[in-house]
Amino acid sequence: MIIDINFIGLIIASIMASAVPLILASCGELITERSGVLNLGVEGMMIIGAISGFALMTVTGSLIIAIFGAMLAGVLISTIFAFLTQTLITNHVATGLALTIFGIGISAMIGKNFVGIPGKEFPVLFESLKDTIPLIGPILFGHSIVFYFAFALPFITSYFLKKTKIGLIVRAVGDSPDSASNQGINVRLVRYACILYGGAMSGLAGAYLSMIYTPQWIENMTGGRGWIALALVVFSTWNPIKILIGAMIFGGLTIIQFHMQAIGVRIPVQFLTALPYIVTIIVLVVISRDSRKIRLSTPSSLGKSFHKDN
Amino acid sequence: MHKFFIRSFVSSLVLLFTFTVAAIAKDVKAAFVYIGPTGDHGWTYQHDVGRKAVEAAGFKTTYVEGVPESADAERVLRQLANSGHDIIFTTSFGYMNPTNKVAKEFPNVKFEHATGYKREHPNVSTYAARFYEGRTILGTIAGTMTKSNVIGYVASFPIPEVIRGINSFTLAAQKVNPNIKTKIVWAFTWYDPGKEAEAAKALIDQGADVIAQHTDSTAIVQMAEKAGVYAFGQASDMDKFAPKAVLTSVENNWGPYYVDRVKAVANGTWNQKDTWHGIGDGMVVISDLDSQMPADLRSKVKKLQADLASGKVHSFTGPIYDQKGNLMVAEGKTADDGMLAGMMTYVKGVEGDIPK
Repeated sequence: MIIDINFIGLIIASIMASAVPLILASCGELITERSGVLNLGVEGMMIIGAISGFALMTVTGSLIIAIFGAMLAGVLISTIFAFLTQTLITNHVATGLALTIFGIGISAMIGKNFVGIPGKEFPVLFESLKDTIPLIGPILFGHSIVFYFAFALPFITSYFLKKTKIGLIVRAVGDSPDSASNQGINVRLVRYACILYGGAMSGLAGAYLSMIYTPQWIENMTGGRGWIALALVVFSTWNPIKILIGAMIFGGLTIIQFHMQAIGVRIPVQFLTALPYIVTIIVLVVISRDSRKIRLSTPSSLGKSFHKDN
Repeated sequence: MHKFFIRSFVSSLVLLFTFTVAAIAKDVKAAFVYIGPTGDHGWTYQHDVGRKAVEAAGFKTTYVEGVPESADAERVLRQLANSGHDIIFTTSFGYMNPTNKVAKEFPNVKFEHATGYKREHPNVSTYAARFYEGRTILGTIAGTMTKSNVIGYVASFPIPEVIRGINSFTLAAQKVNPNIKTKIVWAFTWYDPGKEAEAAKALIDQGADVIAQHTDSTAIVQMAEKAGVYAFGQASDMDKFAPKAVLTSVENNWGPYYVDRVKAVANGTWNQKDTWHGIGDGMVVISDLDSQMPADLRSKVKKLQADLASGKVHSFTGPIYDQKGNLMVAEGKTADDGMLAGMMTYVKGVEGDIPK
């Protein structure tokens, strides 16, 4: 078995790369949920982002159009959810589930013509610096722009919610839409915006999978990562920094269990495969076990429809 | 007058009869039941390529994709049998019991079950491909091309089909290079590009410079391309996904068999059988050999391919020992189909245990 410093650097880098889609989708969903809306359609929005990004990249040849197009596709599909839950006051859970089913179906339909086409290479930044510093080099350098954005996002999200006025408004709308409304805040507008933002981030997460991580299109390629992103939001008790920790643990254990298999550690493989799910939940539950803090950070009106005229 | 009537009556009868026969022959409808989506670019995709060959031969086809291997399968099969299909192909192992159950209820419909072994009724046939022959070729190439002597292998589920592939691959690789080690990682999925890529990355980080796969997506060959190691395509020719990494691919070619069986129904010559075709019958196809391979290796592989096709060489030729050193196949003997079908032990030289 080879253990040197660069080997550890490589492992950490691949763990971070696998955590990117989870961080993006979770941070997006976190904003949506903080405004009091439970959108279970993350998986559906992600897969729509994946096919849109891949299709636009293939058709237009432009990576920029593809990345922004995927985010726009996420926005468009989440607009359906926003219209149904905010304007027509439908049930959040049922609508979100329908959105996932719809997303998987429509992505498969659009994707029919894109199966079996190789993707394009996505440019990476600071490639030349990769070998200059041992251990740190492979971790910090040679990644795509989306990678760097994803690791900045939890901190930006945390700052946004705690320190900015708009962040306060979002939290107010999520905690007590009635009081917020009485203060003259347009609850519906804020929730619309938060849902669309969540859609954009899920779309970006999907595009990362189909354009950067494994550049190809196949049906159902998100493989349940949207559901894991949703779970991360809840188990992190709506804290973006804990989302980052959770995503790293989940991605890390998935990759480390493969390494343990390859080294030949004698632990049942089925147990190793289940490990990421079990440990991520345990760790997040343990680090967030303060019930007073959970009560404080849980959006009180989460998943409840808001009727303005009562 | 009278004579004229009889003559025209007879001739129109003859005409009618020919038309009816033609109509029956042309009207054979085939149905396909798939486990995954046709867009997986792997197992189901290749079956669908086969279905399109049947369509091109002038027959009507229907397919249902993403059918779970549960009571749902029975429902789908019953519906297809009820709606005028004459032959139904069920293309996953888990459809074995539903296929036999529904076949009993519809004795006039022919059923063809892929990769199974139960033929409980005269209208059920089974078919499978000897993919392990392809893996003998991949093992020979991997053993020759590796420099680190570590070969990575991403496996899906511990079933005989996969174990057989690992064994056949390792035996061939050891034959050309006794120093190689096959490291196996179980992904516990048939296709999840993200997971497959992570599994391949782990193997590459641990020094593997040739990666083989028994999962379906192209993520592994792409990862190999990025890391600058060699890989092999699975199910279809994956060369365009990783032109530098892919040395060759083992393709699943179901078309000829499907056309053959549907025609047999049309001609009324369909009979129950158990088909297990390999390179010789064209069900397993080896894609073009990459020019990065030295010329003598390429000619060696071509010869091996011809010998496997003719039956001169068998993938499992003794002496073969298991991991504990017990003799599995005696010197000069080859493994019989029964042993191959139920193979659940690693041969000597494979590292680790089979997950239970």
